[in-house]
Amino acid sequence: MKRRDFLKNTIVAIAGASVPLSALEFIDPQEVLAANPDIHWAFLINTHTCVGCGFCVKACKTENDIPFEANVSRTWVERYVFTKDDRRYIDSPKAALYGFTDSKVDLGEHLGFKDIEPENVGKAFFVPKLCNHCEAPACTQVCPVGATYKTDDGIVLIDRSWCIGCGYCVMACPFGARFFHPVHNVVDKCTFCYHRITKDLETACVNACPFGARKMCNIRDINDPITKIILNDRVGVLKDEFGTKPQAFYIGLATEVR
Amino acid sequence: MKSHVWRPLYVVIAIIAGLLLFREFYVPDTFGSGEYGFMYSYHNLENQEVWKNQPLKYQDTGKQKMHEYCGECHGDVVDIRTEDLHGIIPCENCHGPALEHPDEPELLVVNRERGVCLRCHTLLPYTTSERKRIPGINPNEHNVDEACVDCHDPHNPRLEDM
Ligand code: HEC
Ligand code: HEC
Ligand code: HEC
Ligand code: HEC
Repeated sequence: MKRRDFLKNTIVAIAGASVPLSALEFIDPQEVLAANPDIHWAFLINTHTCVGCGFCVKACKTENDIPFEANVSRTWVERYVFTKDDRRYIDSPKAALYGFTDSKVDLGEHLGFKDIEPENVGKAFFVPKLCNHCEAPACTQVCPVGATYKTDDGIVLIDRSWCIGCGYCVMACPFGARFFHPVHNVVDKCTFCYHRITKDLETACVNACPFGARKMCNIRDINDPITKIILNDRVGVLKDEFGTKPQAFYIGLATEVR
Repeated sequence: MKSHVWRPLYVVIAIIAGLLLFREFYVPDTFGSGEYGFMYSYHNLENQEVWKNQPLKYQDTGKQKMHEYCGECHGDVVDIRTEDLHGIIPCENCHGPALEHPDEPELLVVNRERGVCLRCHTLLPYTTSERKRIPGINPNEHNVDEACVDCHDPHNPRLEDM
C-alpha cells in the first residue's frame, strides 16, 4: 500500500467510525419525553430564616420511624457560631431533635460545653442538612449489590431487602447523610419523604417548618415559585468540588459550611 | 505451552462462568435501571413501590389552613390566634401527627414541658439569624421550676392577653 492510500483509508475509516449509531436513527419525541420524565425533585434551604427550633428533625423522625433515642437522623440542623476573636464553633446536639436550648456550644464528649460571651459573638446562624439527592450520587455508584439507586424523578432510595450492610455507601457519601438504621440494621437515609411527595404532600420537615426555611419543588416545572428562586436567585450547594451535583440548594451559604 | 499455565486459567474461567450463571438465576427479573443507567440506578424496580407505600402520619393542610381545620372542633376550647405570633407554628409540631385524629389517635399529645417553648425562646445572642425576631428568655432565670403554659397561653401568647 502506498503512503497516500494508507492515509486516505485511515481518514475514511475514522470518519465512518465517528458517526454515532444514534445519529442515523430517527428521534421519536415520545420516547425522549418518556426518558426525561417531567418531575425532578429539588430542595431549597434558606439559612437566613432558620431559627434552630428542630421541629423538622422531630417531624422527620416521627414520620419515618427513626427512634428518638438513637443518635442518628435523616436530617439535622447545625449551629455555626463565629466569635470576634476569630474562632468558630459548630454543633448539632442530638441532631437538634430538641432544638438549641442552651447558648453553650456542645464541643463533644471530651471537651464539654463552651460558653461564649454574647458580646463576643460575631455571626451565628443555623444550617439544616439532609441528603442532597445528587445527580451523580457517589453512594449508588459504589453499591455492590444494587440495593441503593436513583429513581427517574431524582430520588436516591435504598432497597432494605437487598442491602447487605457493607457500609460502602456510608463511606462514599461526602455529606454524611447515611447511617445504619438501629431497627432494620440496614443503611438508611432521607428519602425526601417519597411516600408523601408522590401523593402531592409536602415532606414532613417542610410541613413542620414554621419559618419557611425548607422548601421543595419540581425543578423541571419552571413556573413553580421555588424553582424560580433556584434558577434566578443566588443559591449554592454544599461541597460542589466533589462533583456529585447536589440537588439541595442553599440560600445564604458561607464557605465555612461544609 | 505447559499445563501449569493453562490450568489456573481454566479455573478462573470456570469461576467467572459459575458466577454469571449464579447471577442469572439469583437476580430477579424485576431488576433494571432507569434514566440514570446501570452505574447509578441498577435496582429492583419493585422497591420504588415499597417506598411509595410507607404509612403517612402527618396532615398536610398548609400552616394557616391547619389552624382553621383544627379550629373547627377545638375553636371553642383553645383561643387560636392565626394572624401573628404563634400563628405560623403548625399545631402538629406541638401535638404530634394527627392524620386520622380524632379517630386514631383519639387524643393527641399535650406536652406541657418547658422544653417545647425553649426550642424557640431560649435567649441566644445571634443577631445575624432570624432568631433575633423571637423574644428570648434565659431558661435558668425566667420562672424556673414552673411550666411556661402555667402563665402563657401557648395558642395565644400575646403578653397583653395574659
Ligand atoms: C372532627 C373534630 C376534630 C378535629 C378536626 C380535630 N380534633 Fe382534636 N380532638 C377531637 C376530639 C373529639 C377529641 C377528644 C376530646 C376529649 O376527649 O376531650 C380531641 C382531642 C384533642 C387533643 C387532646 C385534648 C386533651 O384534652 O387531651 C388535642 C391536643 C387535639 N385534639 C388537637 C387537635 C389538633 C392539633 C387538630 C388539628 C390537626 C385536631 N385536634 C383536629 C376532635 C377533633
Ligand atoms: C407551641 C406549641 C403549641 C402549638 C403550636 C399548639 N399547641 Fe395546643 N397545646 C399546647 C400546650 C403546651 C397545651 C397544654 C396547655 C395547658 O395544659 O394549659 C396545649 C393544649 C391544647 C389542647 C387541649 C386544651 C385543653 O385545655 O384541653 C388542644 C385541643 C389544643 N392544644 C389544640 C391545638 C391546636 C388546634 C393547635 C393549632 C392551632 C395547637 N394546639 C397548637 C401547645 C401547643
Ligand atoms: C416554633 C418556635 C416557637 C415555639 C416552639 C414557641 N414560640 Fe413563642 N413565639 C414564637 C414567635 C415566632 C413569636 C413571635 C415573635 C414576634 O414576631 O414578635 C413568639 C412569641 C411569644 C411570646 C411573646 C408574645 C408577645 O406578645 O410578644 C411569648 C410569651 C411566647 N411566644 C411564649 C411561648 C410559649 C409559652 C411557648 C411554649 C408553649 C412558645 N412560645 C413556643 C415562636 C415560638
Ligand atoms: C410565673 C409565670 C411565668 C412562667 C412560668 C413563665 N413566664 Fe414568661 N413571662 C411572664 C411574665 C409576667 C412576662 C412579662 C414580663 C416580662 O417581660 O418579664 C413574661 C414574658 C415572657 C416572654 C417575653 C419576653 C420579652 O422580652 O418580651 C417570653 C418569650 C416568655 N415569657 C417565655 C416564657 C417561656 C418560654 C417560659 C417557660 C420556659 C415562661 N415564659 C415561663 C411570666 C411567666
